Amino acid sequence: MKNIFVYCEVTEEGHVADVSLELLSKGKKLATTLGLQLEALVIGSDLKDLEKTLYPYGVDVIHYANDKSLFPYSTLPHAAITAGLFKQEQPEIVLFGATSVGRDLAPRVASKLAVGLTADCTSLEIGDHEDAKNKKSYKNLLYQIRPAFGGNIIATIVNPETRPQMATVREGVMKKEIFKDDYKGVLKNIDVKAFTSDIDFVCEIIDRHIEAPKVNIKGAQIIVSGGYGVGSRENFKLLYDLAELLGGEVGATRAAVDGGFIEHERQIGQTGVTVRPKLYIACGISGSVQHRAGMDQSSKIISINIDKDAPLNAIADYVITGSLHEVLPKMVKYYKQHSK
Amino acid sequence: MRIIVLAKQVPDTRNVGKDAMKEDGTVNRAALPAIFNPEDLNALEMAIQVKERVKDAEIVVVSMGPGRAAEVIREALYRGADKGYLISDMKFAGADTLATSYTLSMALKKLSPFSVVISGRQAIDGDTAQVGPQTAEKLDIPQITYAEKLVDIDDKSITIKRRLERGVETVKSPLPALVTVHGSADPCRPRHAIRTMRFKHALTPSELQAKSTDYSAMLDSCSYLRIHEWSAADLGAEPARLGLGGSPTKVKKIDNVVLSHKDAKVVTSADSDVESVVVELMNEHLL
Repeated sequence: MKNIFVYCEVTEEGHVADVSLELLSKGKKLATTLGLQLEALVIGSDLKDLEKTLYPYGVDVIHYANDKSLFPYSTLPHAAITAGLFKQEQPEIVLFGATSVGRDLAPRVASKLAVGLTADCTSLEIGDHEDAKNKKSYKNLLYQIRPAFGGNIIATIVNPETRPQMATVREGVMKKEIFKDDYKGVLKNIDVKAFTSDIDFVCEIIDRHIEAPKVNIKGAQIIVSGGYGVGSRENFKLLYDLAELLGGEVGATRAAVDGGFIEHERQIGQTGVTVRPKLYIACGISGSVQHRAGMDQSSKIISINIDKDAPLNAIADYVITGSLHEVLPKMVKYYKQHSK
Repeated sequence: MRIIVLAKQVPDTRNVGKDAMKEDGTVNRAALPAIFNPEDLNALEMAIQVKERVKDAEIVVVSMGPGRAAEVIREALYRGADKGYLISDMKFAGADTLATSYTLSMALKKLSPFSVVISGRQAIDGDTAQVGPQTAEKLDIPQITYAEKLVDIDDKSITIKRRLERGVETVKSPLPALVTVHGSADPCRPRHAIRTMRFKHALTPSELQAKSTDYSAMLDSCSYLRIHEWSAADLGAEPARLGLGGSPTKVKKIDNVVLSHKDAKVVTSADSDVESVVVELMNEHLL
């Protein structure tokens, strides 16, 4: 029925994942712009009461695929149900979280439906498109906007001909916003057997170890973040010292993570977490587009860098030109001195 | 047992130097070195580990790209692959992930029967992680993404430990299957000196033609030096599903990144400067 669908992921604890709620919030805005309804697809076992969470985001229809074989997530049955439902419902737009699950599922589904898919979008908008070569014009397409080519360019991608238009978005990129507290839609149960067969259950999950998330970098008000310029795992201690004193968290760029200085959970940027703290202290970060995409909505940005021309300085509120080895201990010292 | 490794040659976007941008703000591709996609090297290592565990296995490396992508095939031969196929045609240009996975799946069908296809999770030039799952779907075989460790393999099944956001999971799948390998898996072993000597003259037919010295007699006597080259016609692919025309996603617009300067307060690392910044932030209740 040409609506907007969000694949809603269910966490280990049986909740709807934050990224899915963020996408419902964005989906509702897109649906309102286009005059469409918002539908949620939830696949799992023992699904109950999730509608209480989902409806306030403006969900008009919830599709539950509820079967004990459907948790934990496994590619083939989830892909069969998702693609099967989409063939039946013909959505206009479908959004997935760019999580381990979403990035495994969405491409399989896109291939089944032979439609386009854009990964890790940092912005989604509605707009028109002129195809100059074929002299065709299109109204109200989904603009899927993402950095590309090492972040040196920002690409706007459209799918003029194929439906649904599919995109994945990282957690934290869209804002989670309740549409209406007492909003009510309808609940539909999917006949799982109609969409799956035995062949979808050939893979067996033998063992799982899932841990509670250790770092809550998304919720931090102050983030002290380090780039490749920090130089080593040992040097990151300077950042931890300041973060601990200020009650903040430590973040990092992909280069610092790839360099082995710090764990991946702390990566900020297009392929990491998106953050909006009130203060972002960037240490030795040159500032690639992908990194900026994950932090440029911070209320205040301080850039500490020996390179006075670091691209990040262009979006900073304060630029301290100097070595973080010198500056960070001084910040600790003066904060202690003045907070007494 | 046939093990296939999918490898891609990519611009080294992780080492973008100051000369990577031209004066008009566009990307200077010439300034970016072409490298073996990092996670595809992890994939090659996993393929070598599979080969070490089963009898009579061969590793076939497949790369789709322009003629110079033969470099990554040679590199794979130096490190442990047995054979290489370059999938190359102007008709593939501008392919998105769907058109790419269709093209690769047509090549893999020609290389059938195979037991396992192993690729990197994603390539650093696009970071989409889509081609692996889409190729598996086109071949109608199971996919195991984000592989970190080969746990077990026999004639009928493969068991893989996967790296997830919040933990690990061990999955057993029947063969054939497609595995995408995470960067946290074992790094690839280095070039083997004897293999490097053996394969340094491995050439594609196009490279052979371009050489001033005629190596064809040598390639005839040493067939392992042939890197096979397949065009769209060789694959029997439907032209409408290839390249830009076969790609449902279109690039509407490319914006070069232009930084507009905010009015930043620029200070030095001198004590008085750092102190004034800290005091100002504290007065604004940001600290």
